[in-house]
Amino acid sequence: MKVAPIAVVGASLAGLTAVQALTESPAVTAVTVFGDEPHPPYDRPPLSKEVLRGVWDVGRCALKPVEDPRVTWRTGVTVTGLDQDGPRLRLAGGTAESFPGGVLIATGATPRTIAGADLDGVHVLRSLDDALGLNADLDRLPGRVVVAGGGFIGAEVAAACVERGLNVTVLEAQDAPFERVLGAEVGEAVMAEHRARGVQIRTAAAVAALHGPGRVESVELADGSHLPADVVVLGLGVTPCVEWLTGSGLTIDNGVVCDASLAAAPRIVAAGDVARWPNHRFGEFRRVEHWDNAIRQGRHAALRLLAEHGYAEKQDFTTVPWVWSDQYANKLQVVGSTVDFAEVVVAHGTTAEQRFVALYRRGEHLVAAVGFNNARLVTRYRRLLARPVRWNDALAYAASGAGPASTRPGDH
Amino acid sequence: MKIDVDWDLCDGNGVCAIEAPGVFEMDDDDELHVLKEDIEEEERPQVDAAIRVCPKRALSLHP
Repeated sequence: MKVAPIAVVGASLAGLTAVQALTESPAVTAVTVFGDEPHPPYDRPPLSKEVLRGVWDVGRCALKPVEDPRVTWRTGVTVTGLDQDGPRLRLAGGTAESFPGGVLIATGATPRTIAGADLDGVHVLRSLDDALGLNADLDRLPGRVVVAGGGFIGAEVAAACVERGLNVTVLEAQDAPFERVLGAEVGEAVMAEHRARGVQIRTAAAVAALHGPGRVESVELADGSHLPADVVVLGLGVTPCVEWLTGSGLTIDNGVVCDASLAAAPRIVAAGDVARWPNHRFGEFRRVEHWDNAIRQGRHAALRLLAEHGYAEKQDFTTVPWVWSDQYANKLQVVGSTVDFAEVVVAHGTTAEQRFVALYRRGEHLVAAVGFNNARLVTRYRRLLARPVRWNDALAYAASGAGPASTRPGDH
Repeated sequence: MKIDVDWDLCDGNGVCAIEAPGVFEMDDDDELHVLKEDIEEEERPQVDAAIRVCPKRALSLHP
């Protein structure tokens, strides 16, 4: 008994990885992939890095296609609804199609915006078209670039602007850049080179609205003050793309709510930025918006769907989240989960020398390691974090110089 | 099968060294080293995972 036709909704990294995993099974008969963008799948990380710095043409972002006669790509097609009965997808134009093998939801997330975001000269950076639009605007050598939001995207955009010789200001709502995610000391260290290269960083500066007569001219801050701007880039985070699931009966609460195995309902699974699931490794119930997570979840959700047909084993999805950011020649890596951390210790190197690893405690456990220009040690901590690590053991491990790779606290 | 690293693309993130520690290793200067080029069948799942999650798409397998 083969697997009936399957639909993958979302043709980005999680969707593509899911398709790859599905086609590895000879039992799969047909996979239809819906993507609302006209482009075939592409990789997003270079859009704010190599592409924005001008060292890559956008064509290099294309992801390796899945060449399999069972797969049908329907890009430029918007899915407007889901009925669990079937399961059935409703498409723009009013038609509906059933996919009795199941539906894999990988619709991702969309950038947050603010009032005035539709003015010319205001950009978000999520899609390939966003990157092309921002590139074109930066090529006109604007006098004042303002980046709203001092997160990863904001920092990478600022670095690219500096390398283009542009005057750039980063507005951060918190009291220090990356304060909530990395802590003030590490956040400042990450932004040190930005400051040294002339990036203006304004903290406690929440953006309220954008103004202009058609093209943006100024940024209004929450305190009522205004800042002149010729180009504004919004790096204010993203929200999951779930509107199309209204009325589906699925539980929607800051994403598609899944069980620990990434199942949202019988024959319906989710993966990537849109999926909220209990990660039992960290005792968290959240979405993880990382590139690495999209790949791992895309594959896992595909196998989870096949498990319902008896062609894979049903397993929980547990992960040690990992994300990286490139700014200038600096490499920032976060492994684990810094959410609600209680303490940060710079355990290797120093922030002053711009090469360090910081450890993060929550409760009595190590929950994350943040490396700055220290990839080797991050790999060690990532391996370590695969299982719970007591904080005192982590500090002892760090004091021992992070020891040989084969030893870890808890191994006796 | 042989593993190939595109050294122009490799950025030393070290993700492969997590997935396939018997094949890839990071040194003290954050440079990647390939410990063995010939990949045995039983190492394929690890190496395939490394290829999938390399953020710079720098890895490939060749006959």
